[in-house]
Amino acid sequence: MNLSTKTLEYVDRLIPRYPLKRSAMLMILHAIQEDQGFISKEAMEWTAQKLEVTPMQVYEVVTFYPMFRQAPIGRRHVKVCRTLSCALRGAYKVCDTLQENLACELGHTSADGNFTVEFVECVAACGSAPVVMVDDKLHECITPEKAPDFAAKLKLETNALQPPSRH
Amino acid sequence: MPIQERRIIYRHIDEPGYTTDIACYQRHGGYEILRKSFQRKPEELVQEVKDSGLKGRGGAGFPTGMKWSFLDYKSGKPIYLICNADESEPGTYKDRQIIYKDPHQLIEGVILSAYAIKAKLAFIYIRGEMFEGARILDKAIEEARAANFLGDNILGSGYSVDVIVHRGAGCYICGEETGLIESLEGKRAYPRIKPPYFPAVLGLYNCPTIVNNVETLCQVKHILDMGGKEFAKIGVPGDSGTHIWGISGHVVRPGYYEIESGKGTVRDLIYDLGGGPPPGRSFKAIIPGGVSMKILRVGEKFKVKLPDGSPGEWGVLDIPLDSGSFTQCGTSLGTSGMIMMDDTTDMVEALANLNAFYAHETCGQCTPCREGSLWLKKITTRVCNGGGRMEDIDLVKNVADQIAGRTICAHGEAAAWPCQSNVPKFRDEWEEKIRTQIQAREHGDGTPAPRKGLRLV
Repeated sequence: MNLSTKTLEYVDRLIPRYPLKRSAMLMILHAIQEDQGFISKEAMEWTAQKLEVTPMQVYEVVTFYPMFRQAPIGRRHVKVCRTLSCALRGAYKVCDTLQENLACELGHTSADGNFTVEFVECVAACGSAPVVMVDDKLHECITPEKAPDFAAKLKLETNALQPPSRH
Repeated sequence: MPIQERRIIYRHIDEPGYTTDIACYQRHGGYEILRKSFQRKPEELVQEVKDSGLKGRGGAGFPTGMKWSFLDYKSGKPIYLICNADESEPGTYKDRQIIYKDPHQLIEGVILSAYAIKAKLAFIYIRGEMFEGARILDKAIEEARAANFLGDNILGSGYSVDVIVHRGAGCYICGEETGLIESLEGKRAYPRIKPPYFPAVLGLYNCPTIVNNVETLCQVKHILDMGGKEFAKIGVPGDSGTHIWGISGHVVRPGYYEIESGKGTVRDLIYDLGGGPPPGRSFKAIIPGGVSMKILRVGEKFKVKLPDGSPGEWGVLDIPLDSGSFTQCGTSLGTSGMIMMDDTTDMVEALANLNAFYAHETCGQCTPCREGSLWLKKITTRVCNGGGRMEDIDLVKNVADQIAGRTICAHGEAAAWPCQSNVPKFRDEWEEKIRTQIQAREHGDGTPAPRKGLRLV
């Protein structure tokens, strides 16, 4: 595991801000995931050492919170909100369109490694439903009618990206 | 008279030219209330909040001043303040607007509240999915620190406090205050049992802790501005201040509207401001405040006590927009995130959608909730997929009845209430749906009865 200098420095600045080291857990795991794309067993052991807890205490956190993952995903993470306000405005149809147009099965990564499409629960943007998050950005009012264009734009944008550097 | 918005918290939200930087905030009078309030004793500020009658805006509606008065100062342990910015009750998106568009208002509210309760350190626990929101808050905190509105010896008062932005990682249960505390300690968000773990006595690191919602802490700023007694005059007795209504679902103009408590009815909100149902349709059901609250069927009537004490009757659309009125109708305004469903909605699908949510979000600690929410999801999804049995109707109600009241935290009630209200109120729809399915299975060619309406699960 090769964490960037930026991440290492961030972690060292972060821990002393908390009254107890263990409190920095979620923030460190976020930083690792951002750096590496996922949280490996090695990363959990490293975190445990940093926070002076057992690796098991890190593992139980990683497995509890839906945002943490233990395996790499596609270059773009497409998260479709499926909870009631979005569903009432067609979120399931939006998800079907995205799966089809991005050639990606729900909960899986596309064969070209570009996309992972998932359902997520309410992301607190119900007034502009249906919403889709791509990586860390929220896209609002992605109606079933707009979904094909949205997928097409996403494909263009992703193809123009530099080859993956994360993994 | 048409319904009027009264924007106090949202005064500058979406105002053209209003930005998130401290210079803009200060041009609009920002941090002036902090300057003035730091001349006063913390106890006086707590008294103002008590006088205001403010009820918490996180869903439970507990009086904020009373919550603060439970703090155990005698223990001599450090006091912590946590701002609950884990906005995750489906239908609710009011705190997001404050965080993204007026972060300094929240930070001023946090610092004022921290000073009032003599907190040693404050946290803003923000949902993990609000990546940009966390960055905006971090930047705002650095600006406030540079101006000495937080950090050491704030404005020469001798009081010091730091604010840490802490990100969650996608768990609904972290909105439950003791679950949030466990999460902030770096653990799984398993809610704690009360007693003994009342946060004001045994909270973060077993120290006295106050957990308040984003909007609540912003309200505190305005209470200190106008004075508690003056604030108490806004709205109706027993529910002072404004409510930020976020409306979503089947409505022409979804959006957020800040309305003085009790000034206006559901009809005013969803027709005058929301524009009514989509063309050619009519409202069938409304969930008043976040999906955990009990559903209302348009057409049902409630026997109520009117403000003058005389008996009266309200339909769903007549309910005034204050907490007491919703309680009288057997539900609650919760987080004031209202979801509308029109006549095309299949109510079994709507319930199945929510049951899938609760099954995903249960922390798994208490058996009734862990097992029950999963069964509720399985049964309602099966009914949606064409495999309904007549006995499922009572079964859903029965399973829900065995969750509520039998769990450590209110997730049990949250998972049960939608079932306990949907099933009896829409029993006719359940029966008709299942009858059609049975007919298709017994007399058809084996293909299940087609789904009607929009797929929700």
